[in-house]
Amino acid sequence: MSPRKRFLNPIAISAIAGSALLLFVAVAGPTIWGEAATTTDVSSRLLGASAAHPFGTDELGRDILARVLVATRLTLLLTLGATAIALCGGIVFGLVASILPKHPRRLFTGLLDILLAFPWLLMVLFFTVIWGATATGAMLAIGFAGIPSFARLVYNLAASVSGRDYVRAARVVGVGPIGVLLRHVLPNIANPFFVNAAATASVTLLSFAGLSFLGLGVQAPEYDWGRMLQEGILRIYVNPLAALGPGLAVVLAGLVFTMVSEAVAGSRGAGLRAVRARAAGAVTISARRRELVAETGEPAGDVVAEIRDLRIAFATADGGTIERVRGVDLTVARGEVVGIVGESGSGKSLTAMALAGLLGDDAIVTTSAHTFAGIDMTRAPSPAERARLGVELGMIFQDPLTSLNPALTVGRQLTEVPEVHMGMRPKEARARAADALDAVGIPNAAQRLKQYPHEFSGGMRQRAMIGMAMTGRPRLIVADEPTTALDVTVQRQVMGVLHRAQEETGAAIVFISHDIALVSAFCDRVIVMKDGRAVETLDARRIREDARHPYSKALIACLPDMNSDRTRPLPVIPPELVPEALDETHDDAHDDREVTV
Amino acid sequence: MTTTPPLATADVVDTTTAALAARAEERRLRRGLTPRTAFLLRRLGRLVVSLAVVIMASFLLMYLVPGDPVRAALGQSATPELVEATRIQLGLDKSMPEQFLRFIGGLFTGDLGTSVRLQRPVADVIGQRFPTTLLLAVLAFVIAVVGALPAGIGAAVLARSGRRRGLSMAVSAVLGILIAVPSFLLAVGLISLFAVRLGWLPAAGWGAPADAVLPVIALAIGPMAYLVRIVQVEMLAVLDTTYMTTARAKRLPRRLIHLRHALPNIVTATLTVGGMILAGLTAATVLIEAVFAIPGLGSIMVSSVGAKDYPMVQGVVIVYALIVLGVNLVVDVILATIDPRSSITEG
Repeated sequence: MSPRKRFLNPIAISAIAGSALLLFVAVAGPTIWGEAATTTDVSSRLLGASAAHPFGTDELGRDILARVLVATRLTLLLTLGATAIALCGGIVFGLVASILPKHPRRLFTGLLDILLAFPWLLMVLFFTVIWGATATGAMLAIGFAGIPSFARLVYNLAASVSGRDYVRAARVVGVGPIGVLLRHVLPNIANPFFVNAAATASVTLLSFAGLSFLGLGVQAPEYDWGRMLQEGILRIYVNPLAALGPGLAVVLAGLVFTMVSEAVAGSRGAGLRAVRARAAGAVTISARRRELVAETGEPAGDVVAEIRDLRIAFATADGGTIERVRGVDLTVARGEVVGIVGESGSGKSLTAMALAGLLGDDAIVTTSAHTFAGIDMTRAPSPAERARLGVELGMIFQDPLTSLNPALTVGRQLTEVPEVHMGMRPKEARARAADALDAVGIPNAAQRLKQYPHEFSGGMRQRAMIGMAMTGRPRLIVADEPTTALDVTVQRQVMGVLHRAQEETGAAIVFISHDIALVSAFCDRVIVMKDGRAVETLDARRIREDARHPYSKALIACLPDMNSDRTRPLPVIPPELVPEALDETHDDAHDDREVTV
Repeated sequence: MTTTPPLATADVVDTTTAALAARAEERRLRRGLTPRTAFLLRRLGRLVVSLAVVIMASFLLMYLVPGDPVRAALGQSATPELVEATRIQLGLDKSMPEQFLRFIGGLFTGDLGTSVRLQRPVADVIGQRFPTTLLLAVLAFVIAVVGALPAGIGAAVLARSGRRRGLSMAVSAVLGILIAVPSFLLAVGLISLFAVRLGWLPAAGWGAPADAVLPVIALAIGPMAYLVRIVQVEMLAVLDTTYMTTARAKRLPRRLIHLRHALPNIVTATLTVGGMILAGLTAATVLIEAVFAIPGLGSIMVSSVGAKDYPMVQGVVIVYALIVLGVNLVVDVILATIDPRSSITEG
C-alpha cells in the first residue's frame, strides 16, 4: 500500500486530526483561556450552564470550560511523562532480560509474571504511598506500575525476533549481544512497540484521571481533568456538567490515543489489506443464475447423489461476486467410488462440500438440480430428511487433528448419530460406536471411547472419523483429502480402512485428492478439475491411456513409474496449464465447458 | 533433481509430544505423584512465591519511602514527641530483622498491626469493610458473566460469515465505546442520568439495596462488554472450525450444535478472561467506592494512602493480593478440571 493511501484511511485521518487538536489546545490553551480560567467572580459562583459559561462556573466563579481546556496541558504532560517512564523502564528491563543467561532470565520473567498478576491500580496506589500524593509522585507511581507489562512485551518481542534466522546469522558472524540488539532486534520490534506505546498512553491517561479523582494525584491550586472531576462530582446535583465536562475530555483524549494506536497498527496490516483490495477488483459477475431449479422427479434408482450445473460464488468486499466453481455436473451411482483430482483452488473441495450440503452462508450456491438419495437438497430439509442426511451421508475431512471436537470424548461424538437420528438408547449407541471403532481397526474400542481426541494419534483420529461415518447407515461418504495430513505409512493404513468401510457398508465414496496416483488406485472413476470446472472424466484403470485433456496428461506425466528415466529431471506442469490465480480476471467465465461428467 | 518434501506428518509430531509426555509422566511416577497432584503442587508453589513477593514488598514499604517515613507521614509540623511515639508504635525503633520477624509472625496470627490514623487494629477495620467490597465485586462479576455469555454467543451466531454486516458493526462499535470508558467516568454519567435527572436512584451512600444498583452497573458494564467481545470472537473462531462442520454434517439440532459442540470450546478463554475481570474488579471498586462514597476496602485504602498510614496500607495490599492470587488459583484449578487438554500434562 502506498504511503499516501496509508494516511488516507479514516482512522489515520481521525488520529492525526485528534492529535493536532490536542496538541493545539495543550500548547495554546493556557494563553488563550488562561485568564477566563483564573478570573474569580464571586457574583457568578456555582452557575449552571449558560451561553457565557457553557459548562457553568466553579465555587470561585471561574469558567469550567476554560479550566478544562487549560488543564489539557498539565494532563497531557503528566500522561506523557508517566508513559515515558513506563516505556524507558520497559525497554531497559525487557532488553536486558532478553540477553541474560538462562537461569537469571527465568527468575526475571517469573518475577514479571507475578507482578503482572496484580491490577495496575493496586500497584499505583502502593507506589503512591512511597512517593507521596503529589503530581510528580503520581507520575512516578503510574509510570513505574506500567514497567512490568512493558518489560514483558519488549522481552517477548525481542525473544521472538532473536530466534529468527537473520539474527542467528548475525551471531554466527560474531556480532555481540549489544550489537545484535541495536542493529537487528530493535528495528524489528519498533512497530508493535509503538502500537502498544500509544495504547499504554491511553490507559495512563485514564489512570491519572482516576488517581487525581481519588485526591492522590494533582493537588490544588494546580488542576488536571481528574481533580476537576473530583470537584465536579461533589456538586453534581447543582451542575452535572461540572463533572461531565472533564469526564468527556478524558474520554475524548483517550479515544485519540487509541486511534493513534490503531492507525500505527493499521499501517502494519497494510500488506494484507492490499491483497484483499486486489482480490476485490477481480472477477465480478452477477449472482443471478438461479434460472432453472427444475424438479428432476427422477427416482433414486441407482443414483445416490446428483448435482447439475453447480456454481459456487463468494461475495467480494466491493459488493461483487467471484465464482470459484463454474458449472460442474456430478453423478454418483450406488456403491461407486468417484475420485476428484485437481490442485489447490481447483474447486474440488468446494464441490464436495456443496454435494454434502455443508457450505456456509457466505457461499452463493446455485444448481439446476441437487439430490441425495431422493432428498431434494435445494430446499431446506424436513426433520425426517435431516435425520436421513445425518445417518446416510458421512464426511471425512483433511486434517484429523481438527475434525474431531477436542472438548468431547470420542464416544460422545460417535454415539450422536445413533442417539439423535436413529432413536437408540445410550447403551445401544455405545455398543454401535464400539463396533464402528472395532471395524476401523482400533483395538480396545470400549476403553478408547472414553478418551478425548488428543489421546489419539493422527491416524487413529482419521480412523475414528471413518468409524463415525459408519455409526450411521452411510449411502455416501465424502472424503475430502482424508490422507493429505498423514504420513505415508499411516496414509496406506487409512486408505485400507476406508476401502473396508466401503465394502462393508456398500456406501458410495466421493474421494477428493490432489494425488492422482492414489485416486487412480482407489477409485472406479476419476474426475479432473481445474479452475472450477471438471475438465475430464476418466476410467481409473485406463487413466494413462484415455487422458485427452492437456492438463490431465500433464498431471499423469508427472507420475514417476518403474520405467521413468532417473537421470532426467521429473516433468513439471507447463506454465500455461498451471491453474490460474484465483483473483485474476477471466473473460471466459461462461463458455467452453469441456466435458459433462 | 527435485523431490517433494514429505507432507505434514501429524503422526510424527504426535509421537514426539507423546514421548515427551511419557518422559514427564515417568519422572512424576518416580516421585509417586499423579499428574493432577503434580499440577496442583506446582500451582501452589507459584502461589507461595507470589505471596512471598507481595509480603516482602509490603514489609519494605516504609524503607522505600525517601527520607524519614514517620516524618513524611506526620508532616513538618508534628512535635518530636509524636514522631518518636509513632516510630515506636510502628516498631521502627527495632532492628530490621526483628521487625521482619514480628511482621511475619503477625501475619500468621492475624495481627496486622494498628492503624496510625484510626488507632484501631488493622485486621478489625479490614474485617469490617471487606464484605462490602466483596459484595460489589461479586455482584458485578456475576452480572457481567451472565449477561455476556448469551450476548456474545448470540452476536457470533447471528453475524457469522459476513451475515448482517450492519448489526455486527453496530455491536462492535458499542462494545468498543463501553470498553474504552472507565468505570468511574461511566459512574459519573450514570449518576447524572439516573440520580440527578431522573431521580430514580440515590447518587451516593450505602445501606439500602437501591444504593448498590448504580455502583454495580458501573462496575459491570465495562467488563461485560469486554467479555461479550471475547465470547463473540472465540465463538466465531469455533464456528469456523472443522469439528463444527463435522457436527453440522451429522445434521444435529441447532441446540446441540451450539451448546454441546461449541460452548465447551469457548469455556477456556471465557474463564481465563473471567478470572482477569474478577481480579480487575477488586481494583475498580477502589474508584467506584470513591464515586459513590461507599465504606469499603477501597475507600480505606485511598484515605490511608493519602495519610501514609503504613500498617493500614500494608494490610489492605496483602488482602487485595490474596484475592487476586486466590482468583487466579481457582480459575487454573477449574480449567485443569474441565479442560482435558489443559496444562496438567505439560512438564
